Amino acid sequence: MSTMLTVDDLRVSFPTRTGLIEAVRGVSFTLGRERLGIVGESGSGKSQTGRAIMGLTPAHAKISANKLNFDGIDLLTAPAKTRRALRGSRIAMILQDPKYSLNPVMSIGRQIVETLRTHESVSRREARDRAIAMLEAVQIRDAARVFDLHPHEVSGGMGQRAMIAMMLIAGPELLVADEPTSALDVTVQLEVLGILDKLVSERGMGLIFISHDLRLVSSFCDRVIVMYAGKIVEELAASDLGNAKHPYTQGLLNCMPTLGTNRHPLPVLDRQLEWAL
Amino acid sequence: MTAIVSAENLTVSFDDFLALDNVSIDVAPGESFGLVGESGSGKSTLLRAIAGLSPVTDGRITLDGKPLDVKYRDKAFYRQVQMVFQDPYGSLHPRQTVDRLLQEPLAIHGVADAERRILRALDEVGLGSSFRFRYSHQLSGGQRQRIAIARALIIEPQIMLLDEPTSALDASVQAEVLNLLEQVRRDRKLTYIMVSHDLGVVTHMCERLAVMKNGKVVERLSSSDLVAGRLSEDYTKNLMVASKGFVRDVAV
Repeated sequence: MSTMLTVDDLRVSFPTRTGLIEAVRGVSFTLGRERLGIVGESGSGKSQTGRAIMGLTPAHAKISANKLNFDGIDLLTAPAKTRRALRGSRIAMILQDPKYSLNPVMSIGRQIVETLRTHESVSRREARDRAIAMLEAVQIRDAARVFDLHPHEVSGGMGQRAMIAMMLIAGPELLVADEPTSALDVTVQLEVLGILDKLVSERGMGLIFISHDLRLVSSFCDRVIVMYAGKIVEELAASDLGNAKHPYTQGLLNCMPTLGTNRHPLPVLDRQLEWAL
Repeated sequence: MTAIVSAENLTVSFDDFLALDNVSIDVAPGESFGLVGESGSGKSTLLRAIAGLSPVTDGRITLDGKPLDVKYRDKAFYRQVQMVFQDPYGSLHPRQTVDRLLQEPLAIHGVADAERRILRALDEVGLGSSFRFRYSHQLSGGQRQRIAIARALIIEPQIMLLDEPTSALDASVQAEVLNLLEQVRRDRKLTYIMVSHDLGVVTHMCERLAVMKNGKVVERLSSSDLVAGRLSEDYTKNLMVASKGFVRDVAV
């Protein structure tokens, strides 16, 4: 398996009035054409890791790494123009909530076409045909109708599918999905995951799946990285989750109430100071 | 069974959209009752109708056997019934300290002894008195939800309406809040009506539950039936499958 993305000692910090907040503190991993999950609680730095790869870290943040390399391109030193060209065409990102991440005053179709025409020179007609084909690929029935709808006219699940369509239309090699299903209903969640799974495996993309739900991630990904306080505390194969060694990973696994287990009270995480060191 | 809260043939419509269609539930005193369903199934509307926050077009709600006015609820009602909302970021006043947030229900109901009650309420939800003069933006999501629970508990209601109290929280924080809710229910012998889309959470917290779809109750069952898979509706089965997580073969 060839390595597509190399992250070595990535650090992201935010200067604030009360001092430097270190959101990501030395994260290293490599990614080939596989599904990698990043799991952690809020504030563990998982989203900032994804955003750093996308180049969406806010301008006032400090970002450093020994290596942040995508297919031979050094992302940290690459000029803004190169990064713009990469973003959307070769690296794409799916955000959490379709309600906030789609443009409310543009029809869904126009937003998809916009992405496509930014990165490829295609005629209007061809762009429209490809956008509709893409909407069909994410299993939207009656894609031609949805093409002309605005985001407020569709349900959350449909909006999220439209966003997936938008992100995949330029054929990216790497997809960063930041909690793509957390805002959705359980039943819709699985449909969206199924679509994502199918497209990722068909197109041979690399996927970084960011979520706080360890069980969901492990059922979906090949490999899981567990983050706590800006650091990786454990990395393991998804099938190996039962043998997780770090108490934090075990805690995350055990704290979910599941059907058929009768545990009162639920075990809670007993956070140790040394985990954050 | 003498129900403490019951809804009979309750209908809520928004123009020509029926959000609740002839729904009846009975909740026994001291029981924890769950409402499950996907978005738009009417589970939150039912809870809000009981709280007097949805326009009831037909049917009636009784509390302790006495029918309630569908349009107007008096103070005595809110003394007995309190609600905790889904989003702890939206349900606390951003410019009030925790102290003021907790004073408000006491002032409304003219409860004396505010000082002691605030300290006790904070203590009960596992936040010390050091949190008393903070603003909500200085708290994490889980801490905010604890404050929202403290605010509901401070006037000692008998019935708590919980609208997805943990769905905005991380899994690890969810466990803490669920434990807290169970603890106070045991200590104070409260009745809960809890809405959630997570079957794991509902079966953990509730003894009985109603499954809702398109504004109707499609199935009523006990948690043990659910766990054992004694289901009659396909819709409930789908929810069951969904709650088990992603399985590659099933998907598409």
